[in-house]
Amino acid sequence: MSVTLCGVELDNPVIPASGTFGYGYEFAELYDIDCLGTFSFKGTTKEPRFGNPQPRIAECRSGMLNAVGLQNPGVKAVIGEELPKLGKVFHKPVMANVSGFSVEEYAYTCARLDAHPQVGWLEVNVSCPNVHGGGMSFGTDPAAAASVVRAVKAVTTKPVIMKLTPNVTDIVSVAKACEDAGADGLSLINTVQAMRIDLKTKKPLLANGTGGLSGPAVFPLAVRMVYQVYEAVSIPVVGLGGVSSAEDVIEMMLAGATAVQVGAANLRDPYACRDIIAALPGVMNKYEIKTLRDIIGGAHG
Amino acid sequence: MKQSVFTITENAPLTGAVYRLRLAGDTSAVTAPGQFVNVALPGLYLRRPISVSDASDGQLTLIYKVVGKGTEAMAAMAPGQTLDVLSGLGNGFDVSLAGDAPLLLGGGIGAAPLVLLARRLRAAGKTVAVVLGFNTRDEIFYENEFRAMGCDVTVATADGSCGVPGFVTDALPEDYSFYYACGPEPMLRAVYDRAAGDGQLSFEARMGCGFGACMGCTRQTAAGPKRVCKDGPVFRKGEILWDA
Ligand SMILES: Cc1cc2nc3c(=O)[nH]c(=O)nc-3n(C[C@H](O)[C@H](O)[C@H](O)COP(=O)(O)OP(=O)(O)OC[C@H]3O[C@@H](n4cnc5c(N)ncnc54)[C@H](O)[C@@H]3O)c2cc1C
Ligand SMILES: Cc1cc2nc3c(=O)[nH]c(=O)nc-3n(C[C@H](O)[C@H](O)[C@H](O)COP(=O)(O)O)c2cc1C
Ligand code: FES
Repeated sequence: MSVTLCGVELDNPVIPASGTFGYGYEFAELYDIDCLGTFSFKGTTKEPRFGNPQPRIAECRSGMLNAVGLQNPGVKAVIGEELPKLGKVFHKPVMANVSGFSVEEYAYTCARLDAHPQVGWLEVNVSCPNVHGGGMSFGTDPAAAASVVRAVKAVTTKPVIMKLTPNVTDIVSVAKACEDAGADGLSLINTVQAMRIDLKTKKPLLANGTGGLSGPAVFPLAVRMVYQVYEAVSIPVVGLGGVSSAEDVIEMMLAGATAVQVGAANLRDPYACRDIIAALPGVMNKYEIKTLRDIIGGAHG
Repeated sequence: MKQSVFTITENAPLTGAVYRLRLAGDTSAVTAPGQFVNVALPGLYLRRPISVSDASDGQLTLIYKVVGKGTEAMAAMAPGQTLDVLSGLGNGFDVSLAGDAPLLLGGGIGAAPLVLLARRLRAAGKTVAVVLGFNTRDEIFYENEFRAMGCDVTVATADGSCGVPGFVTDALPEDYSFYYACGPEPMLRAVYDRAAGDGQLSFEARMGCGFGACMGCTRQTAAGPKRVCKDGPVFRKGEILWDA
């Protein structure tokens, strides 16, 4: 079941997605999280962030919306407090998820996390608004995304995986711009911009107005994007969006994913990742798959 | 926290919209009154957080009000059916703060978690006063159950159809050692402003996970951002900050 992600070996391709697994401890109370390939911890910014007002969570058929707003204690507290605690419950390299609101901020936070021995990969979330770019998200503009890649690569030594937003008309051009700027890998998709309206108040349900849709509702969209990006780039792709079963993991890998993340499913079922990993050998057997490495991109002609 | 399957042994209305659900299963994770469970319901993506109203060896009682799809689905379930439950969530009330004569304040369905709290406080020999607020007389539940535990019970109704006319804050007794409150946020705010002395208040929030992983439920407090599901739902009066 092992795969290699940007030069680092994973025992299996299953990775809890950023923002749905905290720093791992809540899950470590339930099961030995060393069974995971790795996990991506909560998006970290330079400064502490409270995030958005309540309510931040809404539900929909086959999924959920969140407008958490990148609540995190800031990179200093993450390194000083969270990583030492995380090190007690997880003994493999971890994926450090980073957000920022300017190119300088991304570089600052990534440089600090890069220096930490527990960090195996940097996953750079470019879905955030660029405060110097009129608030447009870095990830919706190939040039802005590339500028983040260059700034981060200049100050880091570990593999840099750029996490792309699906809220674009042409994900391939953003993916290619990241590859050309030196990214070591790509992960996609982040949440899809969405909204629910409360019939009682007749106003948007989330205090933020919009929120990010995730869960099974977005799975086919994510598979399509992973497929298109795999076709266009030669760096590894991490597939995510709605993955809830071992079958979904295999479908993502056939689309082109080297590794697969699981997000919202952890919230409904805290054992989701453990159970998906446990189910993989049986599902591989059923579909006559001997090694997972061999099926990456298998759906392409 | 524990994930396990519970079997419904009873599910019946107490009033028009409020039901009592009794479940048999592993209650070992429930350690304090005021904790909650997160119930998975078929066809609904997110679990539904419901307070533990009462718990004893192998039995859990939940009291819930039908307000939407999830609670409607719960009301349609029958004894013998099973539920996937995450139990032992949240901090719960701290009974060691009670003093000799604690006051329990419940607004509507907020009376539910006060049941196990009252039971524990009575077992510890405390003199327990309970004030329950409801909109109207038809919505009153558990007045007699609290009395049967030996609590001094006062009921307030907003429309004056029973007991003291007005809200729980219109029926506050003079003397008590500490208070515990659960109810809708406007009620908690009124209690915070008007009830004398120290207390603990139990909050609600929309939850993604219910066990501390998603930051969906965070409130700002005097001690920084806190997750209602993991650091709460019960907060000490001095920690609480209100939105402007
Ligand atoms: C810690 C805690 C303890 C609770 N204890 C009880 C209890 O003992 N008895 C009881 O009747 N209710 C309780 N509630 C409220 C209960 O969770 C909601 O009434 C219920 O989730 C509504 O679900 P629904 O599908 O019927 O409503 P819908 O409005 O259809 O639900 C849509 C979504 O919003 C969420 N939601 C809606 N209302 C609330 C609310 N008030 N609080 C949190 N989430 C909400 C739902 O969980 C769901 O994700 C508690 C809430 C919390 C946070
Ligand atoms: C509550 C919540 C918080 C999230 N926080 C982050 C975050 O901090 N950084 C990030 O890159 N993605 C974040 N995401 C996005 C997920 O990592 C993932 O890309 C997305 O939810 C799609 O996967 P899923 O459908 O399996 O959930 C968050 C998602 C959820 C549901
Ligand atoms: S509901 Fe997920 S952290 Fe509280």
